Amino acid sequence: MSVKTINKDDFAELLDVLIEQGNVIGVQAKGDRFDYAPLKSAKDLRLDYDVTLQPPKKYFLPPTEVLMSCTVCGAYKSEYEDHPFILLGVHPYDMISINQMDELFRQDNYDTHYMTRRNSATIIACDVARPSENVFASSMGTAIVRNGYDVLLTDIGNSYVAEAATEKGENVLAKARTTEADDAAIKSREAVWAKNRKALNRHELKCDPGYLPRLLNKAYDHPIWEERARTCFSCGSCNLVCPTCYCFNVQDDVSWDMKAGERKRVWDGCLLDGFTQVAGGHEFRKHRSDRFRHRLYRKAKYVPEKIGGQIACVGCGRCVAACLPDIANPVSIFNRLIEDLGIE
Amino acid sequence: MSQRCAEMKDIYLPQLATIVKTEAMNVTEKYLRLSMDDGRFEYAPGQFVEVSVGGIGEAPITISSSPTQKGGFELIVRRIGNVTNAIHNLKPGDKVGIRGPFGRGTYPVEEARGRNLVFICGGIGLVPQRSFINYVLDNRDQYGEVTILQGTKCYDLRLFTSEVAAWEKRDDIQMLETIDEPDDCWKGNVGVVTKLIPKVTTDLKSAVLLVCGPPVMYKFVLLELDKSRVPHENIFLNLERKMKCGVGKCGHCQVNNVYVCMDGPVFRYSDLATMPEAI
Repeated sequence: MSVKTINKDDFAELLDVLIEQGNVIGVQAKGDRFDYAPLKSAKDLRLDYDVTLQPPKKYFLPPTEVLMSCTVCGAYKSEYEDHPFILLGVHPYDMISINQMDELFRQDNYDTHYMTRRNSATIIACDVARPSENVFASSMGTAIVRNGYDVLLTDIGNSYVAEAATEKGENVLAKARTTEADDAAIKSREAVWAKNRKALNRHELKCDPGYLPRLLNKAYDHPIWEERARTCFSCGSCNLVCPTCYCFNVQDDVSWDMKAGERKRVWDGCLLDGFTQVAGGHEFRKHRSDRFRHRLYRKAKYVPEKIGGQIACVGCGRCVAACLPDIANPVSIFNRLIEDLGIE
Repeated sequence: MSQRCAEMKDIYLPQLATIVKTEAMNVTEKYLRLSMDDGRFEYAPGQFVEVSVGGIGEAPITISSSPTQKGGFELIVRRIGNVTNAIHNLKPGDKVGIRGPFGRGTYPVEEARGRNLVFICGGIGLVPQRSFINYVLDNRDQYGEVTILQGTKCYDLRLFTSEVAAWEKRDDIQMLETIDEPDDCWKGNVGVVTKLIPKVTTDLKSAVLLVCGPPVMYKFVLLELDKSRVPHENIFLNLERKMKCGVGKCGHCQVNNVYVCMDGPVFRYSDLATMPEAI
């Protein structure tokens, strides 16, 4: 691992080289907001962004993905997408969501489709330069990240501190004019981290995130689920924009000549009506409040049980912004539960 | 530079199986005997497979045969959606894709050894139960008394009628059957399956009870068993859910924190105390 300094002009030059050599996905302006898209020029990159509309999960778990091809009523053949690409500008909270997703797709049954895309990626993360309107990463302990990326960039004024954490990362930085980071640069980076640990906190959680599973242990029958879900549209927007939501459906499509087909994986959402419906029509989580509660329990209890206690809400705040009836804010839900049930 | 995880198995890839035999059981259920093309297939009573029809889709179906019976495995498929309709159109010699068998939560084959068994089945709940019933009958001396309670909605939907008739004739099985709706052709019990529970001659409290049926049935059966003070750790329930991926990823079959496809589909009732969504 090496920590370098790269001035911004040199970084732009490096970026143009990377764009010329391959597929670079970077954060760009989309109207007055930001999103990931293929980069055509270094000048389109906006590392000063607040939050992207969509989390980066779609590059590893696309909204629609071909898992297999098949012949009608015949055999299936695995299909893989393994073109190398660079994902540039991933914020710490999103990097942590990718780390969690990696663990979930790796464990128990290794998902070769997800992992092939994941292994094809070189991730250049960057520290947050500007807090978004709803971020609460400081509350969730996700304001900075120290693993998972290949390169981590921190804006320290005229230059970036660039830390290569992997061989892939070293190879990227080797293409640029860099200098070893000096003490001043390291101190500047630490100052950014110290600031972000507190500043990414537009909604303040009134407990340590590690307490949330225990809080939920006694909140199952709390009236808040019903109260909130009363205005829920079951639209699944919270699932859609959540960097740690990964539930999916699988469906087959047949070609026009009825000879070949494809099996596709498509995003699904536990808030959608019918998510738990089985053949014959019985729906196990029929009430909106049950589905609403289930999502929060997944974030702060069920998924954490699978990933060593990490809370599967990384505080990006996207669901807060996406929820039309304004009921999704996890912090306001957890704070209300703390208020009513106390902290032990 | 290939990043492909070529050395790893694709957990979503079905293996081909050939349909050896089919039979219409009634208007909605079809019997299929399948044989894996590569010959390899080992399973435990209670496990399920994901059945694919190329280009149509995939559905989870619990195995109905017992591993003690050789020559492939049996599925009973209710015609109810795209995939199951396509399966109904298949003939012997046709191919399907199979993944699995899945599920760590199987019938308590070992635990039940030497004890009395009571099977409580509602409708096609008999299909998964039949796997364990036949396992027990093929190892008859290793198990105690066997009681089978079967409730079916109406006369025409009764399943495995000749097999059930054979069980009825045996003197080492108490076979009780009922249908919900009276029918001119039916001389037996009428009413829901819970009405049969008081007629069981085996001591319910010490028996191992295996319950499988539609979701609505569980509440009533469990209430009835509570009246007889049956310990919850002696009751096993088959919780069928929408097991879309079968490998604990897709999220559809989750009951609270548990994936039915991984930890089920058969659960011990006392283990469900922390899973309010289960029943």
